[in-house]
Amino acid sequence: MAKIIIPTPLRKFTGNNAFLETNGKTIGKAIYGITETFPEIKQHLYDKDGKLRSFVRVFLGDTDVRTLSGELTEVGPTDTISIIPAIAGGIKG
Amino acid sequence: MSEITFSKSELERYSRHLIIPEFNIEGQRKLKAAKVLVVGTGGLGAPMLMYLAAAGVGTIGLVDFDVVDESNLQRQVLFSVNDIGKAKVEAAKERLEGLNPHIKIQIHNLRLTSENALEIFKNYDLVADGTDNFPTRYLVNDACVLLGKTNVYASIFRFDGQVSVFNYKDKNGIFGPNYRDLFPAPPPPGLVPSCAEGGVIGVLPGIIGSLQANEVIKVISGVGEPLAGRLFLFDALNFETRILKISKDPNQVPVSKLIDYEFFCGVGEPDSDQDENAKSEKNSFKEISVKELNEWQISGEKFQLIDVREEFEYEISNMGGELIPLDEIENNIEKIAKDVKVVVHCRSGQRSEEAIKVLEKKFDFRNLYNLRGGLLAYATEIDQSIAKY
Repeated sequence: MAKIIIPTPLRKFTGNNAFLETNGKTIGKAIYGITETFPEIKQHLYDKDGKLRSFVRVFLGDTDVRTLSGELTEVGPTDTISIIPAIAGGIKG
Repeated sequence: MSEITFSKSELERYSRHLIIPEFNIEGQRKLKAAKVLVVGTGGLGAPMLMYLAAAGVGTIGLVDFDVVDESNLQRQVLFSVNDIGKAKVEAAKERLEGLNPHIKIQIHNLRLTSENALEIFKNYDLVADGTDNFPTRYLVNDACVLLGKTNVYASIFRFDGQVSVFNYKDKNGIFGPNYRDLFPAPPPPGLVPSCAEGGVIGVLPGIIGSLQANEVIKVISGVGEPLAGRLFLFDALNFETRILKISKDPNQVPVSKLIDYEFFCGVGEPDSDQDENAKSEKNSFKEISVKELNEWQISGEKFQLIDVREEFEYEISNMGGELIPLDEIENNIEKIAKDVKVVVHCRSGQRSEEAIKVLEKKFDFRNLYNLRGGLLAYATEIDQSIAKY
């Protein structure tokens, strides 16, 4: 199964799991699959139109999927998918 | 470059650079001739500035509007106890001049804005972004793009660090990807981790800020391969590092001018995903100041005080309120009075605002008051025995 690395700011929505496994055959299916198991993460990954948010980047191995086939990029069983969020640092709120 | 000369003292100071074959005195001359602007003299800026000063970067500019606070000292190793209350740029200048009297430190004791950024940046060869918020990060990026300057970027959160070199002009004069190519837009405020989810392990900015200083030195000296077109990630918790490839986004609208970055990042404005009524809703709830709260306390006014922070925050310091963390508020409605005034507070007022919105909308509360500025304001203005964090 392919591995998805969950970034620290989103781990509270994945039961504190740093890694998840996926059978999704494409990037789109693999990422959307997370939201089926952990619905609370959905608003952090997708906007209201169902598009991946622009402050979250998805990489297959070391390559941004936007430079491949986006959400249609095929995922192999030994692949690693990274979700990379924008972080700014500091304490706000 | 040969017109740049060194005194005996400088030659001895920089001797460990001078004996590196690929760096040598030419690299040191480039450092001495360079003008580097460091935006932010906090966690990242502290180690970065110390290494850049020690290494002999000839002119270093500092931008910050903040003053040294006790809570900075856990990671901002540039400062000491005696600096508390001083302007950060002043304290930093004193420390850096003590470290290396052969360099020039120029201070900009101000908040970087769209109005002043280009004027300040134009006097420097390279900019290093050590800021702590999205509006300033986009401002630094865009100003660098407009002026054709390299932006050595680093960012930290809890145990995670990111480093890259943006807008780097290669030997063929081609600019590499910038911050907007990686992240076209910032997260809306509601999706930014709140203060309960913030924080940073103290040594992390030391590690990441040092990597940033290394990239600054590489770009200036032309030695090595800068981290352009690549994003370095460090997970201090699991000790994992990764380098990802980043490239220019052909769909990215070119930066043509500086904009209102607070607005762009939605600070103080409703999330664009929210409905049209969001803005009016946002401002509809009642607020009180810490002074008014204190008057209520003194006059014996009947009210309930609810604290919506997390238990670990309550342990750091509290105002004696009843603890109901924001995430648990909907399951504890029966604990919130409906027949007296209820003051809701958190650390600085953001989560209590969210709590009130939920309670008013879903449970029809009409007796709630948000404590403006939260515990931080109360600890500053009313009760100085309360620890700020």
